[in-house]
Amino acid sequence: MKNVIPVLTVVLAILVIWYGSAVMLNKQWVLDQAARQDRVLTTPELIAETWAQDKPKLPAPHQVALELWDTVAMKKPTSKRSLVYHAWVTMSATVLGFGLGTLLGFALAVGIVYNRVMDKSVMPWVIASQTIPILAIAPMIIVVLNAIGISGLLPKAMISMYLSFFPVVVGMVKGLRSPDAMQLDQMRTWSATRAQEFWRLRLPASMPYLFASMKIAMAASLVGAIVGELPTGAVAGLGARLLAGSYYGQTIQIWSALLMAAALAAALVGLIGLIQRITLKRMGMA
Amino acid sequence: MMTEQAAASAASVPQTPTVISAQGLNLVYETSDGPVQALKDVDLKIGKGDFVSFIGPSGCGKTTFLRVMADLETPTSGTVLVNGVPPEVARKARAYGYVFQAAGLYPWRTIGGNIRLPLEIMGYSKPEQAERVQRVLELVELAGFEKKYPWQLSGGMQQRASIARALAFDADILLMDEPFGALDEIVRDHLNEQLLALWARTEKTICFVTHSIPEAVYLSTKIVVMSPRPGRITDVIESPLPKERPLEIRDSPEFLEIAHRVREGLRAGHAYD
Repeated sequence: MKNVIPVLTVVLAILVIWYGSAVMLNKQWVLDQAARQDRVLTTPELIAETWAQDKPKLPAPHQVALELWDTVAMKKPTSKRSLVYHAWVTMSATVLGFGLGTLLGFALAVGIVYNRVMDKSVMPWVIASQTIPILAIAPMIIVVLNAIGISGLLPKAMISMYLSFFPVVVGMVKGLRSPDAMQLDQMRTWSATRAQEFWRLRLPASMPYLFASMKIAMAASLVGAIVGELPTGAVAGLGARLLAGSYYGQTIQIWSALLMAAALAAALVGLIGLIQRITLKRMGMA
Repeated sequence: MMTEQAAASAASVPQTPTVISAQGLNLVYETSDGPVQALKDVDLKIGKGDFVSFIGPSGCGKTTFLRVMADLETPTSGTVLVNGVPPEVARKARAYGYVFQAAGLYPWRTIGGNIRLPLEIMGYSKPEQAERVQRVLELVELAGFEKKYPWQLSGGMQQRASIARALAFDADILLMDEPFGALDEIVRDHLNEQLLALWARTEKTICFVTHSIPEAVYLSTKIVVMSPRPGRITDVIESPLPKERPLEIRDSPEFLEIAHRVREGLRAGHAYD
């Protein structure tokens, strides 16, 4: 409860800035309209109109809220007009891509820690892979996969995977190497096998690193899924909503899709945080 | 009376079977500043049931020697035999338990879980694991702490738990690398007393690295004085003190005499630098 007042203060500040910005940005169009119709606007009228346009430069918060209410609560979740439906489509690709990316990242990290050749050779490629703009490579992944008959969820998930394996590799290499020389010597005095060393020492020691990486990976994965929806002329998903919104100047639709994406990211990252708390508590580390 | 006992214990030394022997042991590290001679011409015999302390300033090779015995370092030349076999064979036969400077307990395992760790690795059955954990916990006076996590214990208790872990499997040799170095004087005295009691009960051979003269003299039947650059043995003192040692023994003339000889040995090693 102690957090309520600071949080409310920040929310209030954001709303004030947002409404103020809406007035500033949408004012010109309202004034132009009024001039064409030979109307003279009072200040309250001017402000009211900047907050009630169909295609404002910046929609006012209540317009976005109304659109969200309309597309989330008032439509059946299975309807293509429902934002829940689109969020679901994006989330499926996000979660699948995140799962694949985490597995790939984990496997690469184990390889890097246990194999000298991989240790010397893999990391530069991993880093290079992330310097290529995802927007450039996403259409090609989709086109190539389509050409070999893979379409639907998987191509988008691949793009998510491409973005999300990176933080997991980096975090897990660090985590699997976190046991100190003494702990490794100790394993040696017991003549432990490499598998025993991995399961009993390296893996548990890496857990805090794994969860931190997974949070970043999840957020990256969502970005990947949305980007994957942009170049495909996708008919569904938050990315498709954003694209359609920008084609037709539907700024309110864009903003509500953005807020939905933010809420989705917060929920997914929050879920990992919850799993982290439960796991570390059961391990006695929190 | 003291002298009689001293004579008796001194006389008994040659009769005990040798557990650890080193001959002409050399170990040279290659560093960027050139080679460093960590051990030079080390010869030593340790009998069964001995409590041997290695004492010397840092860099004298006392920890290195312990690590050679444990097969954590490979000597450049010379031979070491542990239970009559090379250290690697002895390690694989689980001949020794090793206690490190830090307790090194896994924070995600309970005290019981930490002691069970080597037993799991060595493939003991579940009931046997449980039985052994109970037994060693009682041995180090930590019965009842099995379900606690390491952070819930004091530093001294954590180090006792790590000794329990080294005792959990049936190794006849206990190698201890400054196990009480990070603890305060009072806790240290208490743990030294407990360690002697434990040694008397289990009849293990203990090699104990320390840089405290009173600790070395109080605990040991044999004190190995070492000096640095190159790391070598400068004196081996057979202690005439009886096996039964109350803390007050540290004020006896015999004790002070040995402590004096150790100090002389350490000073001689330092004379030329």
